[in-house]
Amino acid sequence: MPSAAKTLRPAYEHPWAVRACHWTNAVAITVLTLSGLRIFAAFPSFGSKIPEHDLIEAVPQAITIGGWLGGALQWHFTFMWIFAGGGVLYVISQIASGHYRTVAFTRRDIAGLWPMARHYFFFGPKPVATGQYNPLQKLAYTTAIGLGALSLLTGIVMYKPTQSSTLGLVFGGYHGARLVHFLAMCGLLAFVPGHIVMVALHGWDNFASMLTGWKRHPEYTPSRETR
Amino acid sequence: MKEALDPHVTRRELLKLSPLLLLGGFAVPAFRERLLDAGVAWSDATSAAVFRGGHRAPVFADDDVVPFERFPYNGYDVLQPSIDFDRWALAVGGAVSRAGRYSLEQIQALPKITQNTRHICVEGWDAIGRFGGSRLADFLDLVGADPRARFITVTCADDYYESLDMATARQPQSLLCYEMYDRPLDRGHGAPLRLQLPTKLGYKQAKYVMTITVTDVLPAKRSYWGDQGYSWYGGL
Repeated sequence: MPSAAKTLRPAYEHPWAVRACHWTNAVAITVLTLSGLRIFAAFPSFGSKIPEHDLIEAVPQAITIGGWLGGALQWHFTFMWIFAGGGVLYVISQIASGHYRTVAFTRRDIAGLWPMARHYFFFGPKPVATGQYNPLQKLAYTTAIGLGALSLLTGIVMYKPTQSSTLGLVFGGYHGARLVHFLAMCGLLAFVPGHIVMVALHGWDNFASMLTGWKRHPEYTPSRETR
Repeated sequence: MKEALDPHVTRRELLKLSPLLLLGGFAVPAFRERLLDAGVAWSDATSAAVFRGGHRAPVFADDDVVPFERFPYNGYDVLQPSIDFDRWALAVGGAVSRAGRYSLEQIQALPKITQNTRHICVEGWDAIGRFGGSRLADFLDLVGADPRARFITVTCADDYYESLDMATARQPQSLLCYEMYDRPLDRGHGAPLRLQLPTKLGYKQAKYVMTITVTDVLPAKRSYWGDQGYSWYGGL
């Protein structure tokens, strides 16, 4: 922790809705991924290929939940509501509170991407914090929210391909939605290791802030507290 | 300006997250099954509530139809249950004004619908096929089904059974199907009569149908695969 940061007073960085949705969807995305892999294993293809049974075991059973297709679907059909509920609550609360401004990636953040990447990956100097999140964080979080929305929309198309056939056109129909749904999961999974490594590097105070909302030693304090 | 954070503040904020511990119920085996059943039941109820019977499932050009040989049979057990085709008749009962046995000719006398629609399996594969038959809605009118009845149940020549919500049964693309690819149904596809429901998953589209009952109450045995853990509604 840089000594300068210690002079900043504690900051309330994560409102309740953000923390609640973060942990709810951390659980939901885990369950949806593991059950989704079991569902995918029942027909590991994105085309209209007619199944030949005894398809290669594309997904090891050990990284799935539900046991069989029906069980995995039960998990998926239960947690899709928790995921969607958490996601919608998050977006509404972010917009209603104006808190989204701290995290939404905008054009103004583009210039700061390279200096931040240079600091993270090439031992470059640390850019001065100008907000609660740096441009790379904003990009990652905003992309993750976008991928979540994409998962939800393609999930609706797969769940109700005839009732939502119009929405399905956006994703190239049932097959396209299956592919985009899978790719969105891959994108979310790609986000997770980097996220966890960064949290581990930043230590307990930062981690605890996602539990209590408060950061004792923030690197940046907003001029107006949104307590 | 406070240098240290009041522990009461952080503790209170942490407690505000306590409702999330309810998710732990899924880790308890005694609760898990009930929670997941409730989740699927909720999904089914929501699916039924938002179902638009007037919204047609996509239909496809003849060129998009897979060759007959490649349309999967995908029976769950035997593909040729024993059926006396000469004496076959559909037994209709329950909340209908004209209960009785209906021959294939009587069913075929209803307006014939031919449609190229997508058959989607719960496993995730799909095949666009060509189906012909009578509208289930027309048949329900023929037998004088109670318009207020909520469900139909069907039993099959094998030990398969299914049930449908009335909104789906009356969706104009829901067929009592006796033809595929302009030929009479072959045995593997459910001869002499099957359900063909573009708005339902494959397992709802029972083959070898022997009886139809119009009812307000679902029997304990509601759906062959639904009873084993798949969604009962199975709507697309």
